Amino acid sequence: MKSAYIVIAAYNEGNRISAVIRDLKKAGQRNIVVVDDCSRDNTFESAKKAGAIVLRHILNRGQGAALRTGIEYSLEKGADYIVTFDADGQHRTEDLNAMMAPVINGEVDITVGSRFLEKTEVPLARKILLKGSVFIIWLFYGIKMTDAHNGFRVLSRKAAEKIEITQDRMAHASEIIGEIKRKKLRYKEVPVVIRYSEETLRKGHGNIFQAFKVLWNMVMEKLMR
Amino acid sequence: MGLTLQIIITVFALFALSRAFLRKRDGKSSISEFIFWAVIWLAVGVVVWLPKVLETFTDLIGVERPIDALIYGSILGILYLIFRLYIKLHEIEQEHTKLVREIAIGKRK
Repeated sequence: MKSAYIVIAAYNEGNRISAVIRDLKKAGQRNIVVVDDCSRDNTFESAKKAGAIVLRHILNRGQGAALRTGIEYSLEKGADYIVTFDADGQHRTEDLNAMMAPVINGEVDITVGSRFLEKTEVPLARKILLKGSVFIIWLFYGIKMTDAHNGFRVLSRKAAEKIEITQDRMAHASEIIGEIKRKKLRYKEVPVVIRYSEETLRKGHGNIFQAFKVLWNMVMEKLMR
Repeated sequence: MGLTLQIIITVFALFALSRAFLRKRDGKSSISEFIFWAVIWLAVGVVVWLPKVLETFTDLIGVERPIDALIYGSILGILYLIFRLYIKLHEIEQEHTKLVREIAIGKRK
């Protein structure tokens, strides 16, 4: 039987990670790999207790780095499919089947979740930022997406082996899109629902400073390639 | 420029050139690095004794005063160095991440 590995990069998610793992288990997932990116809280213990395979970064290296660690581990363990999933409960396990099906039946090499294909209520400030990123990704990589920074993805083994994540921090999300184009992978956006909460809105890709940092990293990546 | 100053600068340039040569001979620097420094110090020597050269050069690129050309050149040089440093830093960060990753995966096995 083909095996799917769920990879979750987690940083200070002690309060939320166990619920996410429990949900995934309830949805029938066996191989859940959590990469604890040197959290200062009890993320490691929580994830372990909830029954995930937990890898620990001894230094904080960022979400991109943690995802790559999880992906490399899963490949070593013989994963046929790899799902990247957020640690904070933003993603719903109900969307798993729709996300995985096109990859499993060989239609595409990678699926990327999009919150804009279906009506997720996206707060306005975030919507402007995300749409701005969509435009910049189009400008940089010539690839038209509806959602730019969605952490919900399903990769075939082939796609996971080909995609190289060199951006350790937030810019990895755009980098993956760039890699899809460069490595000529077949992709598809699948509508997913994002559950926003007060807490999740305060962190991550949400603020303008983060956005400029990501843009800066993208420019430098282009210059160095 | 006074003769004393000219001599002091020339002696310094020769000293620096000899250091660059010795580093190259001992295999501590690459040939391109040696050429870079050799050109710089030889240029200093030429400009000290023949300042007119600098004027011809600045006329050629359309800058009024030689000092302006020097400042523009320095800014470009510094920008280039910053870029080089950025790349180096990026490489070191990546090695860092690789190490952290190997340790994380290694511990699980």
